[in-house]
Amino acid sequence: MSQITPEIIAGHGLTTDEYARVLEIMGREPNLTELGIFSVMWSEHCSYKSSRVHLKTLPTSGPRVICGPGENAGVVDLGDGLAAIFKMESHNHPSFIEPYQGAATGVGGILRDVFTMGARPIAILDPLRFGAPDHPKTRHLVGGVVAGIGGYGNCMGIPTVGGECSFHPAYDGNILVNAMTVGLARTDKIFYSAAAGVGNPVVYVGSKTGRDGIHGATMASAEFDETSEEKRPTVQVGDPFTEKLLLEACLELMASDAIVAIQDMGAAGLTSSSVEMASKGGVGIELMLDHVPQRETGMTAYEMMLSESQERMLMILKPGREAAARAIFEKWGLAFAVIGLVTDTGRLVLHHRGAVVADIPVGPLTDQSPIYHRPWEPTPPQPPIDPATIAEPADLGAALSALLGSPDLCSKRWIIEQYDHLVGGDTVVRPGGDAALLRLPGSPKGLAVATDCTPRYVQADPVAGGAQAVAECWRNLTAVGGLPLAITDCMNFGNPERPRIMGQFVGAIEGMAQACRALDFPVVSGNVSLYNETKGQGILPTPAIGGIALLDDHTRFATIAFKAPGEAILVVGRTAGWLGQSLYLRSATGREDGAPPPVDLAAERRTGDFVRDLIVRGQVRTCHDVADGGLLVALAEMALAGGRGADLTTPPGTRHRAAFWFGEDQARYLVAVPADAAGAILAAAAAAGVVAAALGVTGGDALTMDGRALADLAALRQVHEGWLPAYMAQA
Amino acid sequence: MKAAIVVFPGSNRERDAGRAITQASGTAPAYLWHQDTSLPAGLDLIVLPGGFSYGDYLRCGAMAAQSPIMREVKAAAGRGVAVLGICNGFQILAEAGLVPGVLMRNASLRFICRNVHLKVVATNSMFTAGYAPDQVIAVPVAHAEGNYFADDHTLDRLEGEGRVAFRYCDAAGVVTPATSVNGSARNIAGVFNDRRNVLGMMPHPENMTEAMLGGSDGSALFASLAKALP
Repeated sequence: MSQITPEIIAGHGLTTDEYARVLEIMGREPNLTELGIFSVMWSEHCSYKSSRVHLKTLPTSGPRVICGPGENAGVVDLGDGLAAIFKMESHNHPSFIEPYQGAATGVGGILRDVFTMGARPIAILDPLRFGAPDHPKTRHLVGGVVAGIGGYGNCMGIPTVGGECSFHPAYDGNILVNAMTVGLARTDKIFYSAAAGVGNPVVYVGSKTGRDGIHGATMASAEFDETSEEKRPTVQVGDPFTEKLLLEACLELMASDAIVAIQDMGAAGLTSSSVEMASKGGVGIELMLDHVPQRETGMTAYEMMLSESQERMLMILKPGREAAARAIFEKWGLAFAVIGLVTDTGRLVLHHRGAVVADIPVGPLTDQSPIYHRPWEPTPPQPPIDPATIAEPADLGAALSALLGSPDLCSKRWIIEQYDHLVGGDTVVRPGGDAALLRLPGSPKGLAVATDCTPRYVQADPVAGGAQAVAECWRNLTAVGGLPLAITDCMNFGNPERPRIMGQFVGAIEGMAQACRALDFPVVSGNVSLYNETKGQGILPTPAIGGIALLDDHTRFATIAFKAPGEAILVVGRTAGWLGQSLYLRSATGREDGAPPPVDLAAERRTGDFVRDLIVRGQVRTCHDVADGGLLVALAEMALAGGRGADLTTPPGTRHRAAFWFGEDQARYLVAVPADAAGAILAAAAAAGVVAAALGVTGGDALTMDGRALADLAALRQVHEGWLPAYMAQA
Repeated sequence: MKAAIVVFPGSNRERDAGRAITQASGTAPAYLWHQDTSLPAGLDLIVLPGGFSYGDYLRCGAMAAQSPIMREVKAAAGRGVAVLGICNGFQILAEAGLVPGVLMRNASLRFICRNVHLKVVATNSMFTAGYAPDQVIAVPVAHAEGNYFADDHTLDRLEGEGRVAFRYCDAAGVVTPATSVNGSARNIAGVFNDRRNVLGMMPHPENMTEAMLGGSDGSALFASLAKALP
């Protein structure tokens, strides 16, 4: 009688066709362990089977790219022998089920991806999307996720310096917890995962293996339903203390030349790490599972191979280096075990309790994993909204106050202060502005980091929204004075088996690719999270973009705070007054429709290059990207950050004041400069073909407009700072 | 100044402290391992840095206080060697009995990372001599367990003996329960031992030693030590 029933196959998330392929590759019926290995390796999470054909269209190379997608993280050359290694990943499904541990292990996983390549992590960023504030689970999820991120990153001693936090009912059943880590390595000390050297030892280090997290990758590849909370046991538990020891031990060993290859055990744990290392190296791996350090008794081969216990690494060492390596890991109090060896068979062979319990050809397991050209349909375009059809507010100041106190635009201080953003002593620009800036130790250079996405734009027009996400990240990095180098992406979407959702994915990729090319901003790493749906209700399509930018001189940067009274405020970039998909439209009328603002990538580049040049020359020290909420929200943020007001003037001939002040046209920056410098900057802009205009003057303790009081800073601050703490304090 | 920083498993601000010491004294500190059973000869200053020693499992600082090197640190403190415990280092000092009191969960029950104002209460120590009496300084905190507690008798004695080094206050130097960022009794941010050669403090002066990082109010602490311990 067959051991593998249709129920078991379905329970492993494999389709009938996929199972037929397993039979063909194996030439026999697989046993349960082998089936489990196929199941996780071919899960959406590990195989990218729905997304791979489209991801290939993204630009991934450039003069500074040392390593693009396919390794644990992307590697970018910073010059002077330094490299940035970075990646963003999702931990959405586990964080919804168990917010503290889900978010914590999300941070732990992405940290490992970066330090496994030889980098010391220097920054964490976490874009978060929650459901409606009045949804009964939202408060609990916000509290748990933020505490989990802080609990892990703070203990590791890596500053958490950025991210986003917004709310929308589309995330009620599927929150998004994305985590990005940026690390710093020497270009001659970068470690890869391709196994090599027949006979070389395969070494396991880190925490011991337990039964936690079994089938996590499979869970992350399915929709949620009302039984999802029963999956709590598949959420892993994080131990940041052990990871801190693992980080220090790995970096200590990496200072020698003992390591041939190294790979962290993330999703699908021992299975994916051993299979990927063997596959990349074109070799086989034989493992003696009895030697795997275990913290529970009686574990089966199936359980060990599918466990997602955290804080573990797999390494191939040079022969004869085991003793020196063991001494380092034992000094740090970590498990160290030689559990196998590299072979020339091209097969993954597992021994347990004296028997061969799995024997799978590695090449076909990875190369013949299913690839789907899923059917997709384009998102129907929405008509632009004519501002003339939107009533002007009776009180512009009240409209501003409503926006600044809204969940999406309110101060995120309550979150930022739960993250240690100063440890390491290199945080030059702290979180809360456009991008954080870290100086590079022992170097005059600095690295700016930011994450961005505007999901409502992507929902309305995936192509424009995809391009906007990349462009806004580029703009945020530019606004502190950085030269944007490369991005990582975290593609959060619904069920790809629905053509409408697949169309969002395809469109977003197309828009991102356009922007990446136009802005010389290649994708060097990323992650795809699909099936973010509950009972057929999908999330807003959310391609989160994380970018890095280089400053040759980390003392030449800009922040958003107004720094002196009497400075001229200039807007750089063209304002048409685009209200479609704007937060003002939603706040004032409850409408969430219309075409999103168009993205003119040539203007984006021209405008950004102009602004960056001003910052790098030291002519501009105050700069803010104009995004959600438009000019007036950005101006209020600059005033609140600097503790100084501004007197503003609506340009003559403005037909719709709300559209002008709250419209979300792209490719715009606000800068404040000494009054006597404004003329020259406006002239330079004109010469560069960049639209720029004066908007007002800094000073006072209020915002005034056209000679009338608009809003008192103290009152705005109360509204802006008040919402999130008050919300979280509700019983 | 011959300084050494103790590295426990889970320490994470040892390099920050090292940088501040090097900046103030011109000499880089030695790094010691928690399992060391002896100290380098002729040490002037021992720093217990911030972090999460032993993961802060059990209780913050409780396991580190029992580690082999702490026997040597206690003996050195007894000989009058300067010992500075910052954040987790303060928690370790308290657990080891080198300074009085305990550090509980913040009153908010949340981790807090932000700049705070401190009033320098006692300037008659080698740690604080470089500050003016009642000077208000801005330095960051970054902790979840900095809520200082001791019984009233102990607090009265600390105050009577001038052993409160810093209090949490507002920008104008006003000390009220509302300015006690983590709920600390009598706003205490740092205390001395009875000989004033051991200082435990929750805030991070080592992260505030350069204008470019937001301020340099922490520098005077390290400069004071470098001056007192040439």
